[in-house]
Amino acid sequence: MNGIVVYSELEETALGLLTKGRELASELNKPLSVALLGEQAGDRAENTFGYGATQAFIADSPALTPFQASTYAAALKQIMTHAEADIILIGSTRRGRELAPRLAQKLSAGCVTDAISLSVEDNRLIVERRALGGNTVSAKVITSQQQVVAVMPKLYDAEPMTGGAGEVIPVSLELQGPTTKVLERRPKEVGIGNLEEADVLVCIGRGLNDKGDLSLIQPLVDSVGGMLGCTRPISHEYHWLTEDQMVGLSGKESSPNLYLAIGISGQIQHTVGVMNAKVIVAINNDKNAPIFKIADYGIVGDLYQVVPKLTEKLQSEFGQ
Amino acid sequence: MNIIVCMKQVIDLEQIRIKPNTREPVTKGLPLLFGDFEKCALEEAVRIQEKHGGKVTALAVGSPKLKDTIKEALAIGADEAIILTDPMFNDSDAMGSARVIAKAIHKIGEYDLILLGDSSADEYSGEIPPRIAELLDLPQVGFARELEILEGNDQGTNTKTIRAVRDLEDALEVVELDLPAVVGVTSELNTPRLAPLSAILKAGRKPLNEWGPEDIGITADEVGANASVVEVLSNLAPVQDRKEIIYEDVEEGVAEVVKALLQEGVLTQ
Ligand SMILES: Cc1cc2nc3c(=O)[nH]c(=O)nc-3n(C[C@H](O)[C@H](O)[C@H](O)COP(=O)(O)OP(=O)(O)OC[C@H]3O[C@@H](n4cnc5c(N)ncnc54)[C@H](O)[C@@H]3O)c2cc1C
Repeated sequence: MNGIVVYSELEETALGLLTKGRELASELNKPLSVALLGEQAGDRAENTFGYGATQAFIADSPALTPFQASTYAAALKQIMTHAEADIILIGSTRRGRELAPRLAQKLSAGCVTDAISLSVEDNRLIVERRALGGNTVSAKVITSQQQVVAVMPKLYDAEPMTGGAGEVIPVSLELQGPTTKVLERRPKEVGIGNLEEADVLVCIGRGLNDKGDLSLIQPLVDSVGGMLGCTRPISHEYHWLTEDQMVGLSGKESSPNLYLAIGISGQIQHTVGVMNAKVIVAINNDKNAPIFKIADYGIVGDLYQVVPKLTEKLQSEFGQ
Repeated sequence: MNIIVCMKQVIDLEQIRIKPNTREPVTKGLPLLFGDFEKCALEEAVRIQEKHGGKVTALAVGSPKLKDTIKEALAIGADEAIILTDPMFNDSDAMGSARVIAKAIHKIGEYDLILLGDSSADEYSGEIPPRIAELLDLPQVGFARELEILEGNDQGTNTKTIRAVRDLEDALEVVELDLPAVVGVTSELNTPRLAPLSAILKAGRKPLNEWGPEDIGITADEVGANASVVEVLSNLAPVQDRKEIIYEDVEEGVAEVVKALLQEGVLTQ
């Protein structure tokens, strides 16, 4: 067995994984292929060759709709057999996180989800992921014959190469139909979008008393041309902001120039999302709040006093 | 409805210290707690039981400290607990832990639903629910944030299905599947109750069983450090070099912080 297969239900993620995959494939001296499942699998195949796949395994089956992890795991196991692959890279989306460990168990293989870095050392694939709630980063090697790695979906940008070519290989799958019924799909409300790309990120936490008090925060956000994000309780419990505005381990990760935390305690599951910010500023009325331990600058005080003063000062500096 | 709730005790992540010179985490001796996700799983199991009857069994693999930790689960409402603390299970990878849990579930035998936290608070890997579902050949739903049990009757036989709202990135997906199934839940599911003092006192009288490797029929080649197929090369805190300049006077703080931000060049005029 010697080959790398890439799979993600998101095309952009699959192409990003192929982009990284071609580097790994050349270092590990393995062929790189892609698994494409579903109706238009064939139409998507050609494009993947421009990102490094040399084989595209395409398959469709009524059993693939709706998504059921066990069925997708069975499909990918069969494709790995066809490809004679020992490594599979899967996009660590919500779907990918349900699928990758199930596939790994089918293969009696080791698995790493939410990988944040892939590299090769001594001919081994080294995978990094966060551990201890985000306190640490651990580097791992999977030692089973086959390896399942689910990679953060936006980790690698898709970059086409020149002169890629490959072969389309249809695979007929033996699958059992899903037993799960999908009754409804309710699209989520979309907030302000790409927090990942914010230059200035202002986040609020449970220090804010009321949704109405967002009117106090927004002028501050505007004064520095920032984006507004939040901790998990604000979006997922109180629904004051949309869920795509939540920052942290289970939300968005961002590397802004400035991260401003307002009324946030600084628990690791949140702060891990902004660890790479250039400068961190915190406002909290508890001088022992853990957020001050990871801040460059902090102001101990009631946010209802501090925020208006800070806004005024910034507005006067920036003449708005 | 017989429900098994799988729970993992994790160290209090708030209390982890990092050795400044080596960046190693210091985790020894820290208190062990159940994570928010598993507490929600347990709370949901108790609520389902209140409505549909049956039994709630808490199941946990971990260090001998579980004897204490698990009391919280019994106080909140589990009828019975099973803990697996044998040293043979130490340093298992996710596959090893999943095998122990699946074998214990198999031994329990009668169940309609397996509930657990979608991911643990410490590793957040989400590997256990899909792995035990695979080992038990059951369907799974992850990221469940709403659950409803539907009991019906199909030509004389009782049917049990579960309706779950699965939390995807851009949508909520409402799915329905026949039980038994494995369901991984998130903290949006409910607000777990705090056990009243009387329940904490009574928890000590509920059945607490300890099972070892022989009880569940597992051997050292399936579990523990030797069976692990994921080698950890290092586990270190990323270097964080923060200034930690904290102002306790608001007026001064506001003035100094704005000055500093302009100097740092992180705000552009
Ligand atoms: C598996 C898992 C994954 C998670 N993922 C995430 C994630 O991705 N993102 C996330 O954010 N959370 C996540 N969490 C939740 C996380 O652990 C914390 O519960 C959450 O981040 C706390 O939010 P908070 O700081 O707003 O609230 P709190 O911890 O309640 O802090 C509120 C802070 O506000 C301060 N305050 C109160 N009043 C004022 C005032 N008037 N002026 C100034 N300060 C004030 C208080 O001193 C306190 O420090 C996750 C948890 C688990 C178990």
